[in-house]
Amino acid sequence: MRGVIASSSGAPTRLSLPAQVGLHIVLLLFSGVMLAPFLVMVVVSLIPNAAFLARNFSPENFSLQNYVRTFQVVPFGRYYFNSIVVSVSVTVLQILISSLAAFAFARLRFRGRDALFLFYLATLMIPFPVTLIPNFLIIKALGWYDTYWALIVPGLFSVFSTFLLRQYYRGIPLDFDEAARMDGASSLRIWWQIIIPLSGPVLATLAIFVFQGAWNDFLWPLVVTTSEHMRTIPVGLAAFVGQYSTAWDLLMAGSVIALLPVLVIYILGQKWFVEGIALSGMGGR
Amino acid sequence: MTLRTPPCSLFRWRPDQQWEGYLFILPSFLGFLIFIVLAVLMSLGISFSTWGLTGFRGVAGLANYQQLWRDPVFWQAFGNTAFYIVTIVPMQLALGLTMAVGLNQAIRGVTLYRLIYFMPVVTTIVAGAIVFRLLLSTNGPVNQWLAALFGALDIPFTPPNWLGSSQFSKWSVVILTLWKNTGFTMVVYLAALQGVPKELYDAAHTDGANAWQRFRHVTLPLISPTTFFLFIFQMIGAFQLFTEPFVMTQGGPANSSLSVVQYIYLAAFRDIRMDKAAAMAWVLFVFIFAFTLLQNFMQKRWVYYESE
Repeated sequence: MRGVIASSSGAPTRLSLPAQVGLHIVLLLFSGVMLAPFLVMVVVSLIPNAAFLARNFSPENFSLQNYVRTFQVVPFGRYYFNSIVVSVSVTVLQILISSLAAFAFARLRFRGRDALFLFYLATLMIPFPVTLIPNFLIIKALGWYDTYWALIVPGLFSVFSTFLLRQYYRGIPLDFDEAARMDGASSLRIWWQIIIPLSGPVLATLAIFVFQGAWNDFLWPLVVTTSEHMRTIPVGLAAFVGQYSTAWDLLMAGSVIALLPVLVIYILGQKWFVEGIALSGMGGR
Repeated sequence: MTLRTPPCSLFRWRPDQQWEGYLFILPSFLGFLIFIVLAVLMSLGISFSTWGLTGFRGVAGLANYQQLWRDPVFWQAFGNTAFYIVTIVPMQLALGLTMAVGLNQAIRGVTLYRLIYFMPVVTTIVAGAIVFRLLLSTNGPVNQWLAALFGALDIPFTPPNWLGSSQFSKWSVVILTLWKNTGFTMVVYLAALQGVPKELYDAAHTDGANAWQRFRHVTLPLISPTTFFLFIFQMIGAFQLFTEPFVMTQGGPANSSLSVVQYIYLAAFRDIRMDKAAAMAWVLFVFIFAFTLLQNFMQKRWVYYESE
């Protein structure tokens, strides 16, 4: 049985028992290295700083006190709210906007289409630091500095998402569109009722990819926000380090609070995350 | 792409698609024009101007670039970034491939191991940097574990000052980045390994190739397009390292871990030298572009494409 499973997953050969044990030891070592920072984070977040510095891990020291204090000194609720508003808006709107453009690039015929698409692709190479300063100036000129507009609007336009969706839409037979048009369907209806339903998996993986990027983004929100109530979680957390540089108990509690929802979503939707990454990797081939 | 439509409807819908196409693209194109095209042109313009707190103050020609050339901190930041690239990229590829090969075997628990290895990838990097500040502090757990290990082996050990010495600060950034990103490399490699046809291993086995020879002469060439992609991807990422040194070491001590993007940030938003920062961003872009082109040119020598 094992041999059959091995060949279907492309594994080279079945391993002998000692080799299996050896391999598990190596893999467990790697796991330990990957997990240790999380474990330290959780343990230190549950004990007072003095107890940690004295390495006193006796059970009576453990409590949720640090979490209570963290919520008292830092408006984490507000950071959460901001991060959710920004990440959800960016994910939904970016995918809608990219999908509309990708549909036109892949399935409509109009003058200048291919030249325009090449122009899009040519900008894929431009690194973020190049557009950082002018975009900051544009946001200031628009009067959007330190608002949700600044955090959301520049994130809505992604050449990468447009490219990825266009490649996918090209793979759907054009006969579908033609049949629908014969029945009098408009392009908008074809996009919404045929193409979108047919691209469920690619939209899901792209959504996770975009959401994760928006949720963890640091440099842009750092640059365009200044007041405490506009901070997203990463920026709020970094400011927290500035204020409490060695209050490890509070810092670790803050880190756990920041990480917990993402890790829970990740563990529940592991398959989609991993496929999203593999997809982005294959996009480079 | 051919058009297969009955003649009657051909006349009706093709002119429609002309303006429909533009309408579908319009939202995307507006943003593209402002936040990408306009931004790139502005950035180029700013880099050739004098631009401070009050905005445009005159044409500067190459002055900003000449200033960079004479700025020792810029050179240091560039040297640090080069260090990050030559350490992080190969180490990450080697570690990620090792993990992926380990998981591409007929053993139990592959999904669980993959779940664990990928956990740091979804972690907010700021939180990761905070934990590593704790782990790598002078009396922190890492030095404690190292002391115990060296003590057990009876080797004299002076705990390194990971974050506070110019000698080790860059390595702290490297360690954090490896922890954070190796799971990504592993997942992409694992997908590539699972695409290698089993028949090729069987054939090599029949020809008497041992495990190492099969890996070296079957696996490595077949996954070389993935290696190429990961190499470029990680190199571009390492060129743009920002959050890791920003949160963990603030670029210090004495700029020993300062990255180029961090220096761009400081020039623009601490020193209010938008012009100098824009010039730096363009130098960075030119380097990224040149190295990517170089790799693309060199790939003929080591990347194997099945279709060729």
